[in-house]
Amino acid sequence: MTSREFKDIFYNGVWKQNTGVVQLLGLCPILAVSSSVVNAVSLGLATMLVMTLSGAAIAPIRQLVPNEARIPVFILIIAVLVTVVQFTMNAYMYKLYVVLGIFIPLIVTNCIVLARIESFASKNPVLESALDGFAMGLGLTAVLAVLGGIREIFGHGTLLSGIDMVFGETAKSWVVTVVPDYHGFLLAILPPGAFITLGMLIAAKNWLNLRAEQNLKGAGATIVPVDGGCSPAMH
Amino acid sequence: MRRTIAKASLLTALNLLFFALIGTAVLAITYQLTHDPIARSEEMEKLKLIAQIAPAGSYDNDIIKDTTELEPDQLLGNDTATPAYLGRLNGVPSMAVMQVIAPDGYGGKIHMVIAIRSDGRIAGVRVVSDKETPGLGDYIEIAKSKWINGFAGKALDNPDAGGWKVKKDGGVFDYMAGATITPRAVVKAVHKALQYYALHREILFKAHASTAQAEKVKGEQQ
Repeated sequence: MTSREFKDIFYNGVWKQNTGVVQLLGLCPILAVSSSVVNAVSLGLATMLVMTLSGAAIAPIRQLVPNEARIPVFILIIAVLVTVVQFTMNAYMYKLYVVLGIFIPLIVTNCIVLARIESFASKNPVLESALDGFAMGLGLTAVLAVLGGIREIFGHGTLLSGIDMVFGETAKSWVVTVVPDYHGFLLAILPPGAFITLGMLIAAKNWLNLRAEQNLKGAGATIVPVDGGCSPAMH
Repeated sequence: MRRTIAKASLLTALNLLFFALIGTAVLAITYQLTHDPIARSEEMEKLKLIAQIAPAGSYDNDIIKDTTELEPDQLLGNDTATPAYLGRLNGVPSMAVMQVIAPDGYGGKIHMVIAIRSDGRIAGVRVVSDKETPGLGDYIEIAKSKWINGFAGKALDNPDAGGWKVKKDGGVFDYMAGATITPRAVVKAVHKALQYYALHREILFKAHASTAQAEKVKGEQQ
């Protein structure tokens, strides 16, 4: 893999085709667990791990799997990897495992995992596929971190609350109280808060893209719709 | 033609079987490797919870191992048999830790554990899991508020049956304005757990006790 390809895959995964704000795939867990940074990043990392592993596991066997049986085989492999991650979390990060609960096994059904396998890993070599899974997962984790951060600040006035679930009791002092004596803002914690915040993130991403494009074309250029993957009005 | 289709299906099936076998093997190995750590961390969580409500020194046995199954009972709210943990001090029953479900929380079932001393007084109550509204009804969790500690020392006759309600309904238990359904459910479930304990105390401790301990219990009652 050339460094050019490496950069392309990475840029694609983290920014251009970002799963959270461009492809908008796998929204259910994103919206459900992003009520705090720790929960959001933890599920993001678990998903990233599964995506990297499944990319690396499926790329080498892509020629062995008959075309008509590929979806069940892919799902089977993803399910095995997710269960391995789940067992490991259950054993070594019990509290976090309890908090994330049903959303860990549900990574299997997160369409972004299968989507990357189907569109990338089943057509590319091992290293590229693992990198694609990693970059896509990283992009997802980044969106989750920002989403979780915004919701936690508005909802609870803190950052990193619950970090002790990952690093043990000593980590309790890492919690940042952004707004002291905050009474909480329920909307930010409940599902509507997730939709509103995600919508704003998508708008911010589109705005950045638009600005970058305008800078490229110079001041005289006409505004071209951005490939946001979420602009039905443009079609 | 028919043979080629059959052959292709067979190949596909064998392929699926092959990957299923590999997957099963990987899972079996992972299960073996993580089984003990999982059991250990689950036990530690339970012990931590029990240690919060059953003060150290009130039992000296291995309380996690000394269990008895409680059959589904309307007073406990459980629909499958759940274990109760029995504390003993010098072999004499001193504490029962039971799992209770309040079915009528605002967001569904509220799972709790309750530790009751052998004299029928509550040592402590903790909410294990609930789906109450965050920031509104979740003050029943110890992480959010000390409210749940209000049960310590209470018993069936303290307060009497009329007092086992939130203050809004004429009882003695505090509540926070705007969220009364949640504490109502908890108070009711704790009250019912005490009634269950009063009815089943003897069977509870006899179930698992060795004959010597059972004799001892009998001796005390006479």
